[in-house]
This record gives sequence, C-alpha cells and structure tokens, in this order.
Amino acid sequence: MSGPANGLRSRTVSAEPAVHDTGGPAPGANASRPPATRSVRRRAAGVRLALMAVPVGFFALFFAYPVVTIVGRGLRADGRWQLDRVGTVLGDPGVQQVLWFTVWQALASTALTLSVALPGAYVFARFRFPAKRLLHALVTVPFVLPTVVVGSAFLALLGRGGALDELWGVRLDTSVWAILLAHVFFNYAVVVRTVGGLWAQLDPRQEEAARVLGASRFAAWRAVTLPALVPAAGAAALMVFLFTFTSFGVIQVLGGPRYATLEVEIYRQTASLLDLPTAAVLTLTQFAAVATLLLGYGRLVRRREAALPLVAAAHTARRPSGAGQWALLWAVLVTIAVLLLLPLGVLAERSLRGPDGGHGLVFYRALFELGDSAAFLVPPVEAIGNSLAYALAATLVSLLVGGLAAAALSRRAGRIVRGFDALLMLPLGTSAVTVGFGFLIALDEPPLDLRSSWILVPLAQALVGVPFVIRTMLPVLRAVDDRLREAAAVLGASPFQVWRAVDLPLVRRAVLVAAGFAFAVSLGEFGATVFIARADHPTLPVTVARFLGRAGELNYGQAMALSTILLLLCGAVLIVLERVRTNNAGEF
Amino acid sequence: MLRLSGVTVRFGDRTALDAVDLTVEDHETVCLLGPSGSGKSTLLRVVAGLQPADAGRVSLSGRDQADVPTHRRGLGLMFQDHQLFPQQDVAGNIAFGLRTGVRSGGGAGARPGAGRLSKAERAERVSELLELVGLPGAQERAVGSLSGGEQQRVALARALAPTPRLLMLDEPLGQLDRGLRERLTVELRQLFRRLGTTVLAVTHDQGEAFALADRVVVMRAGRVAQTGTPREVWQRPASSFVARFLGFENIVPATVRERGADTPWGRVQVPKGTPSGRCELLVRPAGVRLTPPEEGLKCTVTGITFRGGASAMVSVLLQPVAGPPLTAESPLSRAPDLDETVGVTFTGHEVVVLPNAAEPA
Repeated sequence: MSGPANGLRSRTVSAEPAVHDTGGPAPGANASRPPATRSVRRRAAGVRLALMAVPVGFFALFFAYPVVTIVGRGLRADGRWQLDRVGTVLGDPGVQQVLWFTVWQALASTALTLSVALPGAYVFARFRFPAKRLLHALVTVPFVLPTVVVGSAFLALLGRGGALDELWGVRLDTSVWAILLAHVFFNYAVVVRTVGGLWAQLDPRQEEAARVLGASRFAAWRAVTLPALVPAAGAAALMVFLFTFTSFGVIQVLGGPRYATLEVEIYRQTASLLDLPTAAVLTLTQFAAVATLLLGYGRLVRRREAALPLVAAAHTARRPSGAGQWALLWAVLVTIAVLLLLPLGVLAERSLRGPDGGHGLVFYRALFELGDSAAFLVPPVEAIGNSLAYALAATLVSLLVGGLAAAALSRRAGRIVRGFDALLMLPLGTSAVTVGFGFLIALDEPPLDLRSSWILVPLAQALVGVPFVIRTMLPVLRAVDDRLREAAAVLGASPFQVWRAVDLPLVRRAVLVAAGFAFAVSLGEFGATVFIARADHPTLPVTVARFLGRAGELNYGQAMALSTILLLLCGAVLIVLERVRTNNAGEF
Repeated sequence: MLRLSGVTVRFGDRTALDAVDLTVEDHETVCLLGPSGSGKSTLLRVVAGLQPADAGRVSLSGRDQADVPTHRRGLGLMFQDHQLFPQQDVAGNIAFGLRTGVRSGGGAGARPGAGRLSKAERAERVSELLELVGLPGAQERAVGSLSGGEQQRVALARALAPTPRLLMLDEPLGQLDRGLRERLTVELRQLFRRLGTTVLAVTHDQGEAFALADRVVVMRAGRVAQTGTPREVWQRPASSFVARFLGFENIVPATVRERGADTPWGRVQVPKGTPSGRCELLVRPAGVRLTPPEEGLKCTVTGITFRGGASAMVSVLLQPVAGPPLTAESPLSRAPDLDETVGVTFTGHEVVVLPNAAEPA
C-alpha cells in the first residue's frame, strides 16, 4: 500500500546495535546470560508464543487469507490452478507497458529524490541555522500526507487552471513530470531523515583525520563519509523505490489515462473491468517484486550494522562558513520552499477561493450540503468524523497487534523470529487494492461475515499501521538494558513490577509516537479503503478522490478544501509528535 | 619549524586561545601541558588548519599557512580517540596517507603529487611501520578487533606513515592504563629521537609531559603560563597556578625582607637576591624537614599517604599551629604516626619565590 515509509523507523533499528557497541549490552548479548533452567526457558518460549499468537492470527486472517482468496478466485478454475494465465497476462503488450512504466518511473523518482534530498540531508546533518527544527518537522509533513492530498496539491500547482497555468500557462499534469515531482515531494523526508540522521551522528573528526593525512575535502568525504553513508543511502533509495513502485493515489490523481502503475492497473482490472485473473497475476507480480526488494533491504540494513563511531548529533552541526556553504544552505532552503511548501500553500489557497475569483469559505460551506448530484449519500463534511473514528479504531488495533509483535520480537530472536520481522513489512508493499477487494470477497461469509461491519475499514487501515508501530517500538524495547530489569528484580520487584518500573516509562513515549504515526497513516489510507468504505460512511481520502473524479469548479474546490482539512489534521498530529520526540534522545 | 604569533581563537564570547606565541624547533619535542579547557587541543587544530584563527599567524618552515588547506600542510595528527577508519583494515588505515598523493618530508614543505608510492612500496612501508610500533603482521586485522593499546599503535603508525614534517599528538596516551602508558611514553621518546621527528604533543598529565618533552609549555585559559625544559618548569614554576597544576600545595602569601620571608608559618629562608616585597612562596615537600616537636614550627600529623611506585617515600599531611596545612616528604621508615605532634623546619634551597603574586591563582 502506498503508505508512508517505514524507512525512517528502520534507521533506528539498524543504528542501534552500533550505539550499543559503546554502551550497554547489544540485543544479542542476552546469550551471555547464565544458562536458564529448562523450565524457565520453556516458560520464556511459551510467553513468546502467546505474545505472537495475536499478531500472527491478525495477519493470517486479515492479510494472508483475503489476498490468497482473491488470487485464488482469479487463478483457479474448475478446481485447478490455471498457471498458464500468468504467461498470457504478462505477454500482453498493454501489461508490459504498465510494467515498464512502473519500473522506470520508480527508478526515475528514486534517482530524482536522491539527487534533490541528499544535499538536504547534508544541510540538516551538518549545519546549524535558525528554525532548523521547525523546518525539519515541516519537511516531514508531506511524508505523512495521504497520497490523494499529495495528488491534489500538485494538481493545484501544475494542473489545468493551476497556479503555474494561471501565471505562465504551464501545465504539467499531462506529463510524467507531475508524477515524478509529487514522488520527490512525498519521499524527500525519507532520505533526509534516514541518511541525514546517520550523517549527523558520524564523527566529523573521521574526516579531519583523513584531511590531516593529506586528503582534500572531497577526497576525505569520499574515503571516509561516503562508505559510512552508502548503506543508509541504499536503504533509503530502496524504500523510495518501494513506495514509488507501488504508488497508487498520486498516479490515480495525476496520471490521467496515459500513465498507470501496476497498482493502478490492478485497480482498473478489478474495479472497472472485473478481470480478476489479470488482477491476480499482476498482484502476484507486484508481490514478488516487493518481496525481492524487502530481502535486499533487509540485507542492506544488516550491513549497516557495521560499527561506526557515532557521536551525539547535537555536537556535529556548525554554522555554515564560506560562500560555498551558505550557497548550499540557501539552495536547499529554496528547494524546500518551492518543492515542498509551495504545493501545500497553493492547495490551501485554492481551497479558500470563491466562484467569483475572490477568497472566502464557499467551498468549505459547500461541504455541509448534500449537493445536487447523486454522488454522495451524506454531506461530505461527515467524512471528517468518519475518518477520525476509523483512524482512532485502526490506531487501537495497530497498537495492540504491533505492540504485542514488538514485545515478542524484542525477546531473544531466533532465525524464525527474524523472518517474521521482515514479513511484517510485506503489507506495506502489497497491493492495497487487492487487500481491499480481498476483504470484500473473503470476509463476507460466516463465521467471518464482516462485510457490513464498520470494523472492516479500521482492520484494513491497521495493516499499514502495524508495521509503523513495530518499527517505532522495537528499537526502544530492544534498547532497554537488561541489567536495569535485573537490578529491579534483585531489589525485590515482581515481573509485573519490573515491567511497570523499568519498561513502561521508557516505552511510553515510543507508544505515543507509534500511535501518532499509525493514526496519520490510517487517516490517509486510500487503496484498500476505497473498496470497503460504505457509501454512507466515506472517509476523507475517498471523498477527495470522488470530488476530483467529477467535473466542475465546485467539486474541485471542495476537494481542495477537504484536502486542506486532511493536511491540517496530519500536520497537527506530526507537530505534536515532533514535540514528543524532541525530548527523546533517539533519532526516529 | 613551527612558529605561532599572536594566535587568537574565539568561540562566541569565550576566548579559547588568547594571543598565543609558540615555536617548535626542528627535531624538538614540545609538550603543551594544561588543565582541560586551557586551549591545548584548539591550538593543535589551528596548526592543522582544522580551526581557523581569528587573529595571528601560523607559519611552518618559514611559510605562512593562512592559505594552505589542511591536506597540504604535511602534518601528522594523532587524535585523542585515534579516529581509525572502521571501514578499512589496519593496513588500509596506515596506507591512507600514502595514497592521498600529498607527501612531505624533511621540512621541504608539502609537495603535491610528489613521491607517490607504488602498491608494493606502500605494502613494504606499512609492514615497516607495523614493525616499528611493535605490531608486525597485523595488516589485515579489523580495526574493531584491536585493543586500546593496539589502536594507539596503529594510529601512531598511520600518522607517521607519510613522514610528516611535524607530528602532533592530542592526549596520545590518555585512554591507556598506567603501566602501558609509562612504557609507551619511554618507547615514544626513543622512537622520536631515532627518527628525528618534530613533535608537538598535548597532555594534561605532567608525568607524561615531563617524560616525553624537550620543552614544556604550560597553558592556562588560552594563554601560555610558562615555557621551559621539564627541569626548569619543575624547579622554577613561574606562578602559583603552574605550581599548583604541577601538584605542589605548600603555597602561602609572604613578604620578603632581607634574606628571609615572613609567612603564616613563620620566617622562611629565601634564595639570595630575592627582591623585597609581597609575593607568594612555594616550599617543595622535600624542603619541609620533620624534627622533634620542640624544634621549629609545631604541627599535628593529620594524614599519611603512600605514594606507591618505586620510591619508598610517603607524603605527610600536617596541620601547623598557625597557617594553612603543609605537605612534607618522609622516608617510609622514619614516617611519624597519625596524630603525633612534630616540629617542622624549612630548607632554603627547596623554597621557590613565585613572582606574579598580583595575579590571583
């Protein structure tokens, strides 16, 4: 699902063992504990199994089962698997074109994002300048924005009657540039936070040591800093590739009839053409590609665990000096202003226009009315309440499932558990459309007849929320020094008291952050929700997409207004998160 | 070789270096000695070109270095925490300075591109250096697998590899345990002698500085407090700050009249030719003689500290009937008991008049 990145979170996962090298015991250090008696060990295994039961059940029931069902529906006929369909579908020139476009736009988006965001990562890592923290938060806003809003923002900037069209008659919404720029907009923070976070912690004296040994500024960077950054940059690139490869909302809004990714094509085949066999093959193709990517990602993350001498990020930043550094800083600031802030600004400005060309709250007021078209069964403004309620429920589910999974994974990890770790990221890359449609098909029979239940939407949204919760909580849980627990136990604390006294205070903040991200992601989920949200209970992104799909200035304006509301909601969540996190020593 | 004049560095409103003058001659080992925060490390960074000076000049071999970037200065710098490159093995670290293409030697100045070595020559130089620092055959070891002392040696080999015209050491032995530190100090001194290396080292440990240096520069709050050979500095501390930093505690205000000085401890003999007037007086512990209680200044023994090491001397802490506490030195066999009352007399040649009493210590 083209949800926001988990690349940010996994950064901490991988950086954490390196930090451990200088401090407390590494996660694996448990092995050196005195041998436990058999019964104790068996009980530990039992606890882990119990913790694992809920997440495993959740993913089996609400991820594997629907996906397998719908793929089976497409590929099975007369009680037999029709695997020859794979060849037929993949041989189709139209499908091949979609595949080609999916791959090359993802490659181009990744390259463009890296080239635009790496200087930004450097600036945020090494320079000190006013309002840096605020800017750091702002840069992250696009990343938690619903893809539909990202699409609308670029439509408002580059599309027909958009800001550029009005000023210079430039329209990019029919070109691939709008898609690429929107992808850069969306993923800028992935690179800045993943690469920049590590960069800020690299000891500048490593470069100085190389300089004293006769290396020029650039040679020193290439010899010392670049090798340290390559794994992080590679992981960030892979994440960006993953998100753009599975991009749906952005392309749905900006792609027009000409451009379709696999995910868009799956949607078209499923929803418009009802061609389930083709959709199933495409789903499997995407699944295979994503699984390969995740394997590569896991490998990169492991390589990143090579112990680097890390220092506190606060000590490495300096005021820029010299014309070159000031120029770089300004170039990055201008890039951020034009690429990240301008689209959001234009979006908000559009939403405040009136039909007469002036400004007002016309579009917002219109949200309260049912309108004359039959597109909506309820006034659009109700979508806000629906979205909030769904997102809240999805957050609770995510916290429960993700929290239990993180607790299980934080215990002594065998190979199977680590495999489970990677598995938990799969929902992020699997076709959300398939999951959504699978929900409809698989979960409509007793004993699991949820089709008419409101819980269906939060369950689907929780599938994207859970990986975020795990990625946030796992490093924190793993970082809890076991000796603290032992110290508490020696002082006479029962296991529950140990948990309350040691674990809970350390984890509480991570839970808050995880909840915030799960909330924002659930709020923006589109690919699956568009299938399962009932017409009388639409969510914000679904409503925005429906507005955009209809002609007329009022529809367009209302889409902008709703997007702005969504933007403000996500922005508010994020700013609260930044506040929580500033007290937190760890980089996200 | 190295000449600093009026070098000043400010961090905001804090002055890290305040108009420092310093010279290091060819083949000389100079130690900057001072408490943390006295500006020693900043001075090294200025010489290396890693920290721009707000005022003053740095010249190497007579050439002003203002426009010379770090990598063309032909210096060696050993960092306090080594800063070995974790992505490269031991050989890679040592050969780094040989690959960068800028080599310098013998005070001829940095010559870009000169003397680039072939791969085989580099390998030979690396094994030569590993031999030199006592780690033969360690080429392929991972940096992370080295012990603290071994990292130290590799860092030294890396700094020496391009034959820098000036080798700078930042707290070179700071992180090592005492035994290893003492052994390495001796080894380093012999090594620098043999190679004729010019060395500028920084330390807060007076023992290390005295053992390593031909000349010691004591720094205080960004200024040079005293310069001299270890012997000069130890025998004639230039101020009560230097004396206290060297570990001397018997310091009292005094007024010099004729051949003696009036102090809270009574009248103390001072060296001939001491000008009259107010000053501060240092009595080295060796100059505090313990006598029977009826002679000299009456004191109570409040503490006895064994020094350890090879000497059989103990420090005796005394509380005189008048004036601040005193420390005396005594052979173990003749040490008084705790709470015993003893007398104290002062020997004139262990008394040092500290000139600038005007400056608060």
